[in-house]
This record gives sequence, structure tokens and C-alpha cells, in this order.
Amino acid sequence: MDAPILALVVAGLIMLAVNAYVVLGGADFGAGVWDLLARGPRAAAQRAAIAEGIGPIWEANHVWVIFVVVLLFSCFPPVFAHLSVVLHIPLTLMLVGIVLRGSAFTFRAYDATDSPVQRQWGRIFAVSSTITPVLLGMCVGALVSGALAVPADADFTTRFVTPWWSAFTLTIGGLGLAVFAFLAAVYLTVEVRDQRLAEDFRAMALWAALAVGGFAALGLWFGRETLTATTQALLTNPAAIALQLVTGAAAVTAIGALVARRYRLARTAAVIQVSGIVWGWGLAQFPAMIPGVHTIASAAAPTATLRVVLIGVAGGMVVLLPSLRYLFTIFKAEPARAFERVDTAEHEPPR
Amino acid sequence: MSDLLAARAQMAMSLGFHIIFAVLGIGMPLLMVLSERQWLRTRDPVWLDLTKRWSKGTAILFAVGAVSGTVLSFELGLLWPAFMAYAGAIIGMPFSLEGFAFFTEAIFLGIYLYGWTKLSARAHWWAGVAVAVSGTISGIFVVFANAWMNAPTGFRLVDGKPVDIDPIAAMLNPAAFSQSLHMTLAAFATTGIAVAGIHAWMLRRDASSAFHRAALKVALMVAVPASLLQVVSGDLSAKFLATWQPVKLAAMEGHFETARGASLVIGGIPDEDAGVTRYAITVPRMLSVLAFGDPDAEVRGLNAFPRAEWPPVAITHGAFQVMVGLGSLMALASLWVIVCWVRKREVARNRPLLTFLALLTPAGFIAVEAGWVVTEVGRQPWIIHGFMRTADAVTPMPGLVIPFTIFTGLYLFLGVIVAWLLWAQIIRVRPA
Ligand code: HDD
Ligand code: HEM
Ligand code: HEM
Repeated sequence: MDAPILALVVAGLIMLAVNAYVVLGGADFGAGVWDLLARGPRAAAQRAAIAEGIGPIWEANHVWVIFVVVLLFSCFPPVFAHLSVVLHIPLTLMLVGIVLRGSAFTFRAYDATDSPVQRQWGRIFAVSSTITPVLLGMCVGALVSGALAVPADADFTTRFVTPWWSAFTLTIGGLGLAVFAFLAAVYLTVEVRDQRLAEDFRAMALWAALAVGGFAALGLWFGRETLTATTQALLTNPAAIALQLVTGAAAVTAIGALVARRYRLARTAAVIQVSGIVWGWGLAQFPAMIPGVHTIASAAAPTATLRVVLIGVAGGMVVLLPSLRYLFTIFKAEPARAFERVDTAEHEPPR
Repeated sequence: MSDLLAARAQMAMSLGFHIIFAVLGIGMPLLMVLSERQWLRTRDPVWLDLTKRWSKGTAILFAVGAVSGTVLSFELGLLWPAFMAYAGAIIGMPFSLEGFAFFTEAIFLGIYLYGWTKLSARAHWWAGVAVAVSGTISGIFVVFANAWMNAPTGFRLVDGKPVDIDPIAAMLNPAAFSQSLHMTLAAFATTGIAVAGIHAWMLRRDASSAFHRAALKVALMVAVPASLLQVVSGDLSAKFLATWQPVKLAAMEGHFETARGASLVIGGIPDEDAGVTRYAITVPRMLSVLAFGDPDAEVRGLNAFPRAEWPPVAITHGAFQVMVGLGSLMALASLWVIVCWVRKREVARNRPLLTFLALLTPAGFIAVEAGWVVTEVGRQPWIIHGFMRTADAVTPMPGLVIPFTIFTGLYLFLGVIVAWLLWAQIIRVRPA
């Protein structure tokens, strides 16, 4: 706990950036999941709404993950190095997913031939959107369960595979997927103008909420042995208890609001709920960065680095925050018109 | 393939792929902004058509640039964890600032591409300016980080660990200025020449097309000054090397024996064992002039350094010849264009010049790749010049040939698709 205050601040910033990536970038992945699952008479309209919803913003949302990586390797270099070694395999697969998702989405939008080829891009986009969050969740599961404390002389499987391959990590992978899908569906209920589409996304959101609950319960079950220290902390630390109360209340509100078709309220509650989950994870392992290997204090870069990076971040935020606000007011202020346009040119690229 | 070799190959391949998109990500927004400005001024629909077509292409290129850049930021750890554990705290500054530049770029690109009907014409143009500026700045910051690997400063070494870290001094290292200037000019020269080349090709078939004439004009406005300045800035880079990385300079030049009034060696094949460069053209005293601005200056040759510190000489020398050769051709084409302008002749009707430009379309990209081979291979065996060897930085993960194969396949696939999309969806489609 005796980490220098600057290191704590940077660690907090990293959590904030993770939080932003989950609620913004995560929803873009989730939208891809619904693209994959789109069914029924309005499948094309659903896909069009998804494409319109994420088209202008996914690249900006995506930068949050780069931001996390950069802050991590500048301010906690040994953590970055350790994670990159032990999680080499899932991270590499995740990168393949990120590459395929981003490029396939763009290729689909700009391939005006409207051919079977274009549908293939849609498929690649949707499948990679589904697999990537699972891998991300598995990495987080491996981290939080303390499985990454492997000695450097262990054999290949023990060092590079077992840490991230277990029933628990797979469950957390599923949880990640469910959370992203939930967020996406909830956002889309607000963004579409057409009533029938909103109903579709509402149903999807409710299913996803169910999955979130299911995976969370399963995660507690599979993690019951490894997580005991964590759960202790979560049950005794007053901040953690307050956080769990807020998260729980937000979850109930989100579902209630969805049932009552009060979509804006549902969106706010969902964001709070998911942020609560992210910070719950942070608190659960605090002050460890990699349980059993590094704490915030042991991994922090020298103060000189932390100080200039923080000054840089503060300066950068002055540019970033107004720009982000501008982006979202331009594209998210009014509901999408996808449904009306679907017969003509769906996924219409910008002219 | 050893794991070290696979890691180096994967890094080189990923960077070599990304740099193409990075170069266009810096250059294309400038072209778009210039062309949109003509549209706002003249209201001639040709300019609008051109701007929109270019921005479509940029959207595709940018997406691939963004995802391949993301791969790179993870690869720094996935392949070189020891390097990052050592250097992360020292070079984190330019990377963090670059993060903000990316952010700004991605935000305003979204606004630019999707905001044609949602913004006023002026606001839209300014969004384009924001993309162009932040793209250029992000390139500069990454190169600052790379420059530090060539001229590591801003820390002291105590018991093998860096202490007294000064991230600002590390960021503003002695290589930072010459390298980032050279890279930025390269991005503008490459994009300008490539775009000019494509439209020159079209004009050879139909010299009256208003669309292609407009495009050629804007592209040359960027390409000509950048290509000419590039030669001057390259000389600056060489002067930096003469003091800071003399081994690299000697390898680039195929220069084995330390000498006063050293000759410049052009072309030829360096023979490392015999210590000579065969079949080359030599220009007496020229190397001393280029390196130190003094015909009698002493230039150290490879033999002045232990053999274990030599980079692969033939690759470094060969790549350097390719870069300088292509750079000279690009500068020559630019001079020719200036002659046309001065004599008030139309470039669009000068068939030999159009042919020359068309042939130069890929020149900038090849020169950029070659230039990076000079910089990176010429730094071997060091990953951090004088401090850490590449072999000591590589990840303990075995079987690296597998990710290398996966990413090579993936990027080949993407490269083919992007080329096809640009051709089929943007270039081939007849302008209205
Ligand atoms: C359009 C591309 C292009 C062109 C025409 C040139 N260069 Fe270049 N050069 C690059 C693109 C480039 C590059 C790819 O951008 C590099 C790699 C690293 C860097 O900063 O710039 C580079 C590196 C580089 C270096 C190594 C710097 C280092 O290792 O720190 C030197 C000495 C030169 N260049 C010199 C020249 C000269 C004398 C040129 C004369 C025509 C020239 N370059 C043309
Ligand atoms: C000299 C070499 C490089 C230059 C000039 C350069 C420049 C650029 C530029 C201009 C962009 C934005 C334009 C586009 O996406 O098309 C970009 C994207 C990106 N680059 Fe590079 N880059 C270089 C090397 C690297 C390296 C070594 C890394 C990783 C450490 C990296 C990481 C990234 C990332 C993460 C993005 C995506 C940002 C986004 O989403 O907007 N780049 N690069
Ligand atoms: C984008 C343009 C770049 C290209 C085309 C490029 C090219 C290369 C090549 C050919 C190698 C292999 C050298 C060898 O092993 O013989 C290499 C290695 C490497 N580059 Fe670069 N490079 C670029 C920019 C950068 C930047 C901006 C950074 C970091 C900020 C960087 C970091 C590295 C690292 C860490 C290695 C591996 C270690 C080594 O071989 O020294 N490169 N790059």
C-alpha cells in the first residue's frame, strides 16, 4: 500500500482507460456479435443499424486500448513485459482478431460491389468480433486469479498455456463477451428510431443480461478456490462493498428500465453496472498489478517518468476530451436512420 | 529459423507493412485538405469529386494502418519484453504523446469521413486539417522513440540498470531532429509522387481529363518541395551518423579503411572477409565532404571497429544505394516539373515527364523501406545502440516462427485486398 502517490494516480488512470475501452470499444465488439446473430425479417436492418452506429466512432474507441498499453509500458514496464511473455499466445490471437475485425468492417463498408464478397466481409467482421472479447476476458481471468505467477524455468505448458487455459478463464472470457454484447444491445435500443428494431435490440439486451448473470455466477463457482483471497477483500473492504451495492443496484435498474422500455435510463444504468464490474476487478486485486508477481509499488517506473507522463496526459486531455465530446455530439445526438435506408444502400460509405 | 531470427523477421515484416499505411496516413490527409480548399474556393465540382474519392481511399488505408499499428504496440512486448522492461520508462514519453495524437487523428477522421452532411463546409475542412496535423505529429513522436534506440540519452547506467532517467532528454535525443524531419519529408514525398504517378498514368491516355489534371496539380505541389528537401535532410542524417553511429555510416558506404579525404563508394558489392567493396564507382574525397563538410576530414572505416560490432554490411550498403538512387530520381523528376512550371508549359501534356512520373509511382515506398533497413539493420547487433544487444532482448517464448507465419499470411492477404479495393473501387471507376 505504500506505493508512491504518482504511481497510484497512473494506475487509476489506466483503470479509467480500461473502463473507457470496455464501455466504448467493448460495445463495438458487442455490436459485431449481434451482427453475427442477426435473424428474422429485420436481420438486414439490424445489421445496417449496427454498421451505422459504429462506423464513425470505432476507430476512436479503439485507441483506448493503445492508450492502456502505452501507459502500462511507460509507467509499469515490468508488468507489461511479464504479461507479454506469459500471455503471448492469447494476446497474439487477440491481435489477429483485432486486425480482422477492423479491416473487415472497413472493407465491407467500402466494397460497393454488394456481392457475396461483401457478405463474406460481414461474416469475418462478426466472427472476429465474437472471438476477440473471449480472448480478452481470458487474459483478465488469468490475471485476476493469480495464475500468472509462474517461475521462469517452468516447462512450456506450465509457463505459456496453463495460466490462461482453465474453466475459470474460459468463463471470464464468456463473461467478457456477454458484457460487451449487453452494452451494444442496450446502446442500440437508444440509437434506432424504428420501434420494431428497438424491440429487437431490447430482447437481445435482456438475453445478454441473463448471460452476464450466468457467467458471473459460474465464474464465482470455478474461481471459488483461487479467488478466496480476492473475495475476502471484496467482502470486507468497505469501498468494495459500496461498489458492489452500486453495481448491483445499477444492474437491477438496467433490467427494470429495459423491461419498461425506458432506454435512456437503461443505457446509463448499464454503463454504471459495467464500470462497477471493471472497478470491482481492480479493487479485487489492489494493490497487486499481477497478483503474486508485481504490486503497483514494485513495478512503478521512476518518479521522473511518472511525473512527465502525467503532465503529458493532462495536456493531452485538454485536446482529447473536447474532441471526443464533439465526435459524440455530432454522431450520437440523434437516432440513426438505418431502417429507412436499408432497401437502398445499406452500410452506405460516406460519400 | 531460430527464435531470434523469427522475432526479427516478424518485427521487420510488421513494421514494413505498417509504414506503408503510416506514410499514406500522413500524406493523404494533406492532399485531401488542399483539394477540398480548392473546392471551397472555386466551387468547381471536380475538386469535390477528387476530395471525396481520395477520402474513400484514405478511410481504407487508415483502418489497416490503425490495426497494424495496434499489433506493433503489443509486439514491442510480445517479441522484445526485455527491451521494453529496460526502455519503457525512458521512451514512454513520446509514445504517450503519440497516443494522444492518434486519438485526435482517429476522432477527426471519423468526423471528416462521416460528417459531410452534418457539419458546415468550413468546419468540415478544419476537421481535415486536424487529421493532417495530428497524423504528422503522431509520426514524429514514434520516430522520436526510434531515434532514441540509435542515440540513447537521458539516463545513466549503474550496475546494468538505467537510473537518473530524464524522459524529456531521452525524447529530444540527438537523432530525434534529423530522423523525424527525414521521415516526415519522406511521407510527403512518397505520397505525392505515388499519387502524381497514378494520375500521370491516366493522363497519358487522356490528357484533357479535368479530374486527373486537378489531382496531378495537388500531388505535385506536395511532392516537388518534399522530394527536393529530402536530399538536404538525408545529408543531415548522414552527418548525424558520422558522429553518433560511425559503424553504421561505414557499413552504409561500404567503407572499410579509415582515411582522411575518404572517397564516396557508389554501388558495388562489399566483401566483408576481404574488406573491400568491389565493382563500385568511387568519387574521391566526397565521403569526407558529405560526412563532415570538409574534404580532408577523417572518416573511420569498418576496420576501426571489432568485427562483432559490424552490422550486416552488404544489406546495409545495398539498401542505402537503393534509397539514395530512388531519392535522386525523385528529385530529378521534381526539378523537371519545376522547369515546366517556370517555362509555363503544362505538365499534363508533357508525355515523357508523365511517363517518368508514372514509373516513379512505387519509388517512394521502396525508398522508405530501404531507408528503414539502413537504420535498423545498420544498428545491429544492438537494439539500443551501445547498451543492449538484440539477442538479449528477445522473448523466452519458443516457436516464434508460428506467429511470424500467421502475421505474414494475414498481412499478405490484407495487402492484396487493399490493393484490389483501391484499384477496383476508387481508381478504376471513371470520374463523373
Ligand atoms: C521517400 C523516401 C526517402 C528518400 C527519397 C530518401 N530517404 Fe533517407 N530514409 C528514409 C526515406 C528516404 C526513411 C525510410 O524515412 C529513413 C529511415 C529512418 C528515417 O528516419 O528515415 C531514412 C534514413 C536515412 C538515413 C539513416 C538515418 C539513421 O540511421 O539515423 C540516412 C543517412 C539517409 N536516409 C540519407 C538519405 C539521403 C542522402 C537521401 C538522398 C537522396 C535519402 N536519404 C533519400
Ligand atoms: C517510423 C515509423 C512509424 C510511423 C511514421 C508511424 C506513423 C503512424 C501514423 C501516421 C499513423 C496513423 C495513420 C494511419 O493509421 O494510417 C499510425 C498508426 C498507428 N501506429 Fe504507427 N508509425 C510508425 C511505427 C509505429 C510503431 C513502431 C508503433 C508501435 C509501437 C506504431 C503504433 C501505431 C498505432 C497503435 C497506430 C494506430 C493509431 C490509431 O488507431 O489511430 N507505429 N502510425
Ligand atoms: C516503420 C518503419 C520501420 C521499419 C520499416 C523498420 C524496420 C525494421 C527492420 C528491417 C528490423 C530488423 C532489423 C534486423 O533485425 O536486422 C527492425 C527491427 C526493430 N525495429 Fe524497426 N523499423 C521501423 C521503425 C521502428 C520504430 C519506429 C521502432 C520503435 C519505436 C522500431 C523498433 C524496432 C525494434 C524494437 C526492432 C527489433 C530489434 C532489432 O532488430 O534491433 N522500428 N525494424
